[in-house]
Amino acid sequence: MKTKQISVFLENRPGQLSIPCRALAEAGINILTLSLADTQQFGILRLIVKDWQKAVQVLKDAGCVLNVTDVIAIEVPDRPGGMATILEVLERAQLNIEYMYAFTFRRGDKAVVVFRFDELDKAIEVLQTNGINVVGSVELYDMYEN
Amino acid sequence: MPAAALENHVWDAHELLSREELQALQLKRLRECVERVSNVPFYKKAFAAAGVSAKQIRSLDDLRRLPFTTKQDLRENYPFGFLAVPREEIARIHGSSGTTGKPTIVAYTRHDLETWANLCARFLVAGGVRPGHLVHVAFGYGLFTGGFGLHAGIEKVGAAVIPAASGNTPRHIMLLHDLEPDVLVCTPSYALNIAEVAEQEGVDPRSFKLCLGHFGAEPWTEDMRREIETRLGILAFDNYGLSEVIGPGVSGECMYRCGMHIQEDHFLVECLDPETLEPVADGERGELVFTTLTKEAMPLIRYRTRDIASLNHAPCPCGRSGVRMSRVVGRTDDMLIIRGVNVFPSQIEEALLRVEGTAPQYVIEIDRPGTLDEAIVRVEIRPQDFSDKMSQMQALRERIQHEIASITGVRMHVELVDPMTLERSVGKAKRVIDHRKEKLQG
Repeated sequence: MKTKQISVFLENRPGQLSIPCRALAEAGINILTLSLADTQQFGILRLIVKDWQKAVQVLKDAGCVLNVTDVIAIEVPDRPGGMATILEVLERAQLNIEYMYAFTFRRGDKAVVVFRFDELDKAIEVLQTNGINVVGSVELYDMYEN
Repeated sequence: MPAAALENHVWDAHELLSREELQALQLKRLRECVERVSNVPFYKKAFAAAGVSAKQIRSLDDLRRLPFTTKQDLRENYPFGFLAVPREEIARIHGSSGTTGKPTIVAYTRHDLETWANLCARFLVAGGVRPGHLVHVAFGYGLFTGGFGLHAGIEKVGAAVIPAASGNTPRHIMLLHDLEPDVLVCTPSYALNIAEVAEQEGVDPRSFKLCLGHFGAEPWTEDMRREIETRLGILAFDNYGLSEVIGPGVSGECMYRCGMHIQEDHFLVECLDPETLEPVADGERGELVFTTLTKEAMPLIRYRTRDIASLNHAPCPCGRSGVRMSRVVGRTDDMLIIRGVNVFPSQIEEALLRVEGTAPQYVIEIDRPGTLDEAIVRVEIRPQDFSDKMSQMQALRERIQHEIASITGVRMHVELVDPMTLERSVGKAKRVIDHRKEKLQG
């Protein structure tokens, strides 16, 4: 059910974002989706890739500071109120969302969104009980390739 | 090896003289010293201007009638103006790196070299070095006094030396691993660099057979000592010296590690307010001023070191009578004045170490974009402290900013940077970039 996410520390200097991106490109690793969180002082690049073990090595070799965390990909109905319904479920269960960002591809009439929770297992349970589909990583990678 | 496991060995009986015996010896040596320098043109003139002569030195208090010597005086008399013996009697030349171009040259007679080796042997033995030990020296060998000074002291003790010298960290790691030395000698920041690079190469620095470290030549903190001890699995000892006075061997810690015993039978110390030049009380910070009692080639009278520390005359359980000096907390000329507040780079280091999870690698950059000073502290983030959560990273940055403000009294802007991107020192760490000075110098 869980998907591995790689986060990379970015110093606040021009050209910092291209270092990890170029390293992955040269290793032939495709970025499925990414999000960039930034402040005036530094940034955090979060990435989903298929071969995350290889990506970790490639990024480390490129001198990047990184960590790997578990996130979940959730199917969200792609219509008005689709996200609101899911957020209500999470709110009722008092689950705190650390951050979220979307995939660029859709699955049928659903969007796929990455969520980061502190209580990941509880979140999976709550979502599934409420009939919301959590996409496993294998499924996710397949979806992308098709 | 816990400190309590060390035995309190004393190398030289002079270290245990009573204060009365010590002061009698100091007075005798001070008179001889003033006599010896009376023919040095600089002192001849300075003594005449102050109206003093060797005959007027009747007690140690009369030291205060003598003129000071400054780094500037040494520069103006470069290279040999301060020699008190004929050139032919010089056995060795050393020098300190000059920030303004020319080094400060210091000279030793054969007898001075003998004294120096003995003084280094004293602090090495006080800090656990014994005959039979293998000692890895990662100080520069050259004009810098660190390498040759410690080398001679180690041999004097009867221990063996690996003169590995400075630079090429991977080679140090190989030698530390393969030769299994017992003791490491270098600057404290280089000890941390060795640990860091070893960890990166997948070598556990605790797997070296090192049990002791003697570190000096730059200011460091108690927190940094703990970090070195943990990462290298050793007991770390501090020592102090400066080439103008003799080099390493001016003072060093005993097994109790509560201040460095100044070798007062050779160096008369004063701790003075750098502005008023009046003595400060025990425990109060002031500028250390040394008179070299026994040096032959280049004796100095009341040399202003610009090093800020405090003295402690209370007896030490080890029995050594030499007064203890604190760590050097800064230099009169390293002292930064930021928005009117006196700040020492060592305070930034202290703040960083208080924040759990920050390696003490930083650079402080000061500028005055408008009318007010602005300070930026760039701190290297350690891979294990990086989080994907913005809130956690912001909190880390703010904690550092808060600690710096609470220790220095100045709000500084903190930036987190990639590890291993700030310059590492082999000799002395460059921590400060002051753009205000560049502007002043045009």
